[in-house]
Amino acid sequence: MYSPILRYVPLLLMLVFWQLLTVSGLVPPEMLPGPLTVAGALWDLIVSGELVTNAVRSLSRAAAGLVAAIVVGIAAGLFMATFRPFRLLVNPIVQIFYPMPKSALIPLVMIWFGLGDSSKIFLIFLGCLLPVIVSTYNGARGVNHFFRWSAASLGATKWEVLREVVIPAAMPDILAGCRTALAFSFILMVSSEFVIAKDGVGFLISSLGDSGTYPAMFAVIFTVAAAGFAADRLYAAFARNQLRWREP
Amino acid sequence: MTMAAIQDRSHADSGTGIVIDGVSHSYGSRHGSGVLALDNINLDIRENEFHALLGPSGCGKSTLLYLIGGFIPIQQGTIATRKGKVTAPGPERSIVFQNFALFPWKTVLQNIVYGLKKQGIGAAEAESRAREFINLVQLKGFENAYPSQLSGGMQQRAAIARTLAVDPEILLMDEPFGALDAQTRRVMQEELRAIWQRSRKTVVFVTHDVHEAVFLADRISIMSARPGRIQHVIDVNLPQDRGEEILERPEFLELSERIWRLVREQAISASRGEH
Repeated sequence: MYSPILRYVPLLLMLVFWQLLTVSGLVPPEMLPGPLTVAGALWDLIVSGELVTNAVRSLSRAAAGLVAAIVVGIAAGLFMATFRPFRLLVNPIVQIFYPMPKSALIPLVMIWFGLGDSSKIFLIFLGCLLPVIVSTYNGARGVNHFFRWSAASLGATKWEVLREVVIPAAMPDILAGCRTALAFSFILMVSSEFVIAKDGVGFLISSLGDSGTYPAMFAVIFTVAAAGFAADRLYAAFARNQLRWREP
Repeated sequence: MTMAAIQDRSHADSGTGIVIDGVSHSYGSRHGSGVLALDNINLDIRENEFHALLGPSGCGKSTLLYLIGGFIPIQQGTIATRKGKVTAPGPERSIVFQNFALFPWKTVLQNIVYGLKKQGIGAAEAESRAREFINLVQLKGFENAYPSQLSGGMQQRAAIARTLAVDPEILLMDEPFGALDAQTRRVMQEELRAIWQRSRKTVVFVTHDVHEAVFLADRISIMSARPGRIQHVIDVNLPQDRGEEILERPEFLELSERIWRLVREQAISASRGEH
């Protein structure tokens, strides 16, 4: 068993190594600013309010796209698992679109939805949708028929079996799919803002990069990484709590 | 159902529980041309009797049980109960499976309450009824445990409680003790027989264990290896009250031996079969 603190020692080591690398002069500081310089830049960004304003813009887009994807994805996955014509119609489409990098659609989405929030939200929605659909579908298809039969023999209707047996039994898969979607939402949030935005953390990174203010750029990149990490840990704790029936 | 019908059920013991008429079943094809699992099964299971379906693995005894339960569609023949022809699952024919009997995401109490609520019983009433059945199967203190926290024997007790709680006319049991260790199985068999003595449900109990069938059942249908046919229907003329001591009685041992010889032929032909 690793204690939670011990588990993150490698990250600390990486920071120390990075600092030594910049101090040693092996890497020119304008190529890779040291962690202390970056920390200073981060402080400036926080004090100026720039980071918070842009982060709020970005995270609200990510949340809107992600929530819509989870709602639509679970419904579509369940519908695919239970209704054969819908499965036959949608399955090949899902299979083609799943491995496709959604960021390749950025120019197209820009033409369809313009430069406002909707284009970014739509892109995040699209990217998060497929993992949710696929995992919900697989989870619902894999539900042991003995569970469904037990419920039916206790008097549950088809709709009740879906709601009270298929969904909870598929929940481990559904929650795993949503976790993948959460990671995708961060990736797509930043990459969509690179290309089409006037604000947000992705825009901040690209504009700081363009102007050559690398310490501040690094500061924003690490903030995004930390926020993504925190969101994932929070989600994992939520999922563990939902699935505590699996623990012996 | 009227009160008269309930009265009638509790007194008669020669009435008709389940009529299985000309049932055949094939796997692997929608049109019945795949592997024949059941071949022209005709069997009357009496009301309030404990009936064992005994046969080697793969003889189709579980398939027959699932057909009675209405879980898989009947391809040929009919199965009828007091409620009419079986076309779908229903709470008057409730089942206990060998594995995956309980909902693992619900606690013991929630599992039993679930079945009761499906009968239209209110939350408070359902909970107090559920607690009675938890006491009946001696699981007091484990109301809030999840199935994953219970032993196999305790899980099956809870599953039996959930099924009994909905008060089915017919109790279907699919090798419910098949995954338990020998000692636990023995205890569970005695308890099930005792519970049955009190509740007098029509029970259809699938097993491949000769001693289990003789100990529990009033009548035993011995099934042939695939395709499953009813080879013999044997009356078990043992006392109604059956404790551990009956396992040593000569009539128990003789009957077990006789049935074992009949099953043995089927088991040998099953083990030489293609499956």
